[in-house]
Amino acid sequence: MPYKSDHYEDLAWRIMKMKSLVKQDIMGLNGDEAVAYAVKQADVDVIAAYPITPQTIIVEKLSEYVANGEVNTEFVCTESEHSAMAACLAAAATGARTFTASASAGLALMHEMLFVTSGCRAPVVMAVANRALSAPLNIHGDHSDAMAQRDSGWIQIYAENAQEVYDSIFQAFRIAEHLDIQLPVMIGLDGFTLSHTLENVQVLPDDVAKGFVATRQLPTVLTHEGKNVPYKLDPANPMTMGPVALQNYYFEFKRQQEEAMKNALKVIQQIQNEYGQLTDRYYGNGLVENYKLDDAEVAILCVGSTAGTVKTVVDELRAKGVKAGLLRLRTFRPFPAEEITKALGKARAVAVMDKSMSFGGNGGAVYHETRHALYDSPNHPYVVNYIYGLGGRDTSPSQILSVYEDLQKIVQTKQVAEKIRYIGLRD
Amino acid sequence: MSSKEKSWKEISPAGVCWKSSKTYLTGDWKTYYPVRDMEKCTKCLLCTIYCPDGAILWKPEKGDIEFDLSFCKGCGICANECPTKAITMKI
Repeated sequence: MPYKSDHYEDLAWRIMKMKSLVKQDIMGLNGDEAVAYAVKQADVDVIAAYPITPQTIIVEKLSEYVANGEVNTEFVCTESEHSAMAACLAAAATGARTFTASASAGLALMHEMLFVTSGCRAPVVMAVANRALSAPLNIHGDHSDAMAQRDSGWIQIYAENAQEVYDSIFQAFRIAEHLDIQLPVMIGLDGFTLSHTLENVQVLPDDVAKGFVATRQLPTVLTHEGKNVPYKLDPANPMTMGPVALQNYYFEFKRQQEEAMKNALKVIQQIQNEYGQLTDRYYGNGLVENYKLDDAEVAILCVGSTAGTVKTVVDELRAKGVKAGLLRLRTFRPFPAEEITKALGKARAVAVMDKSMSFGGNGGAVYHETRHALYDSPNHPYVVNYIYGLGGRDTSPSQILSVYEDLQKIVQTKQVAEKIRYIGLRD
Repeated sequence: MSSKEKSWKEISPAGVCWKSSKTYLTGDWKTYYPVRDMEKCTKCLLCTIYCPDGAILWKPEKGDIEFDLSFCKGCGICANECPTKAITMKI
């Protein structure tokens, strides 16, 4: 079925308009290369990483840049992902701008250190080339790895295409290092669909990129010497980070992290605006992206590259007069509940697409939280869950079309037979 | 918790200590405390090395050791290691 998309025509127009703003070159990059190129331009001090499919190209490219002397970066080859995250935490603690990348089992091995990093308020940025978890072994793309880390205290942003991957890396450093946040940020790119697919990516001139990320700022902390000093390991101003905090203080530190997440809801929007003014590329408001949603009766909410497929289907349906729309959830942590309520509160039926399972959880993670957010809207729509694409199984436009047909049926009959459904699963 | 404790809005982030650990007297964790038999003690100072809390101090002005009970957790390693069995642990 041929799909004609005004989404892409819009994109072509934007590319032409671009030339009048900052001069940007177009490079052929896959998602992984886009990450590496952005990191190269972001003036990163330390990279500690361990390769894993489908993230390998990121680490390969970065080590190449370091070996060629193209960057002023310390590259640490660690013996595992647990060590990689430990090294990143230590580097970030000295005030260095720090980056790593991982996926799947590698991210799972980092699990313990993810909490230590966010708890130490270390603004590490990590690209995650989202991949399925074993067993059975599978190297392809789904969101099982990152969704399993949703309570690790990391900000999570998922990109739709290689261009957004590139753009999000710069934003990630600014978000992570913002004085009101000081939390690590994970940028998700769908394994293979984004990580290994060549796309045209507009890249910023080096000086503009460097100017945008600027120098890492440090908050001031009160130390045991009674001094207010920048938060970094420095022999001149010794301090203890992340020591033991028991019944009388642990709780207070966790509440601080929650406050930083709340602040991130505002800061992500501000930084995305600032970046948009520079490049004329905006991804919704940075938290969610509305696509033909204002008058939509039936809507899909999804995360990541699937949104591209959904947009073409929305265009097709709109051409036929169906009031279909899409809400792409770009930022999953912090969860933009208010924006979701605003965007979907007027729809009549919503399908939430989860590319991971929460076994025994009565639906996927994105579904849980979306439904939870919509509970407060006065006329909340019917909300159904579609689990799809596990282990990288392809999801076609015709399958998305059938989701919208299901939603139309729900609107007509006012009945939901099955709340949790599977796309492309053999029964 | 006690009202003397700071709120989450007042404390430094990431558990950065705003007080030295010297003000946190871990000695009150102990059940047993060390007692020395001066006749058996040869001042070999092995106990000062073995003490995991650095709570046995060599005082050069006295020419003798001193137990710092503010930080002695009462583990009894000193009593166990003492070659002349000069240290015993008492409740």
